Amino acid sequence: MSTKDGGSRKRKQDFPQVQKPEDRQDSDVNSSSPVITAFKTFQLELDTRHDKYERLVKLSRDITIESKRTIFLLHRVTSPSVPSAEEVLAESDAKLDGVRQKIKQIAEELQGEDLYQFHKAFTPGIQEYVEAVSFQHFIKHRTLISLEDVNTRLVFLQEDKSEAKDPSAEPQEREVLAFQVTPIDYLLGVADLTGELMRMCIGSVGNGDIDTPFQLSQFLQQIHDGFSYIGNTGPYEVSKKLHTLRQSLAKVEDACYTLRVRGSEIPKHMLADVFAGRAMPMDPDEGVA
Amino acid sequence: MSVTEMFSNIQVFLCADQDIREDIRKVVQGLEQTAREILTVLQSVHQPSGFKEIPSKCFRARELFCLVRSQIGDLKTKFPVEQYYRFHEHWRFVLQRVTFLAAFVVYLESETLVTREEVAEILGIEVEREKGFHLDVEDYLAGVLIMASELSRLAVNSVTAGDYSRPLRISNFINELDSGFRLLNLKNDPLRKRYDGLKYDVKKIEEVVYDLSIRGLTKVPEADKDK
Repeated sequence: MSTKDGGSRKRKQDFPQVQKPEDRQDSDVNSSSPVITAFKTFQLELDTRHDKYERLVKLSRDITIESKRTIFLLHRVTSPSVPSAEEVLAESDAKLDGVRQKIKQIAEELQGEDLYQFHKAFTPGIQEYVEAVSFQHFIKHRTLISLEDVNTRLVFLQEDKSEAKDPSAEPQEREVLAFQVTPIDYLLGVADLTGELMRMCIGSVGNGDIDTPFQLSQFLQQIHDGFSYIGNTGPYEVSKKLHTLRQSLAKVEDACYTLRVRGSEIPKHMLADVFAGRAMPMDPDEGVA
Repeated sequence: MSVTEMFSNIQVFLCADQDIREDIRKVVQGLEQTAREILTVLQSVHQPSGFKEIPSKCFRARELFCLVRSQIGDLKTKFPVEQYYRFHEHWRFVLQRVTFLAAFVVYLESETLVTREEVAEILGIEVEREKGFHLDVEDYLAGVLIMASELSRLAVNSVTAGDYSRPLRISNFINELDSGFRLLNLKNDPLRKRYDGLKYDVKKIEEVVYDLSIRGLTKVPEADKDK
């Protein structure tokens, strides 16, 4: 093959002619030429990189799906059909553990790699995870989970093989594998959380819960203030989410207002109907979910 | 920790991030300026008189690459080296440009394809990510593709200048490059888009070679120069 190609190349130099692309393919491939050898290594390098990227995308999708399910599960905490919140929370814990196992796989993929090189592949999943985990944290403690708390839960014990493999990792972390959520991902996840809180607020009003909406309103206001403080120093996506956040906040504030004004007048069993009518047109922005 | 505290922590992070980006942008601007200067030096090979001056132009370009090296050296100090890809976007474009320029100089000098190692050496950077500021393989390939379109232009202009043998050599070179790129499984990304342009460069050069060959201008390249 290569000798024949070499011959044809020489011939081409003597009698050059326009060739159709199909001819060109084999006429010029001198498989031993340095250029071709170099491109073979590039092929290998690019394929390896793309494969890793695809694996990360898949993991990210799984994380997104599982996190969304956890969020749906957590929304049931407020519904009257669930007798004990404890059970739901325990179940969500189990689900989040499953998600963390996936994140561990991401961390394994990223061992010895630059986190940001593949960041685009898994950022949607991580944001969704932050949303789920902060939602659960809010239900349990009525506070905002901190970035440090999120990260400390993403430190995994490595089985055995890591020691020899990864000299570039921090020396004290050789047996553990840590995934670091970037502040931006955290921020975007928290912005998504506000959409869930808004739903929870409307939902709990529907269930005749009068206290939760006010707590939620206060909490959302704090988050909103926080985002306003950051303003547009953050990346573009953050300012985009700020808009949706304002809408969510307005809905919650509106709900609280109605409760305050009319709460005393309306019999408790009718509250659900009042808000069912209100909540409907508010719901369509799935963008925050 | 209160919500306010948490947000102000993040605000601190974002500010630091912006400062780094600001610094990088300044250095990259200087680098772009140098890249333009080198390009201007090399552009003159397209002029009829420029063909005789190729060695001197390359020499001048090589001198300017010293400046590039020092500017990239400066760039390296602006951010933590393990966060290369976090700020990659800022210098991606200019790095592709200087890769092209290095590849073009090497082609003009020796008519061979510059290796990634050579580019890294000319720019004073590394090939492997682990060793520090490096040349990403995609950026290298993008730079090579820019050179391909420059060479198709050079083929046309060398005919105008009466050099009938150069287009044939360029044609061989580009064809080899094309077969090289065919080996790659490119995703639907900017590199792929740029690669899609390569076939037009190939076509252009083939047309030049065709024009020369039907007029018999290629058979005895040396003697033909006077015609």
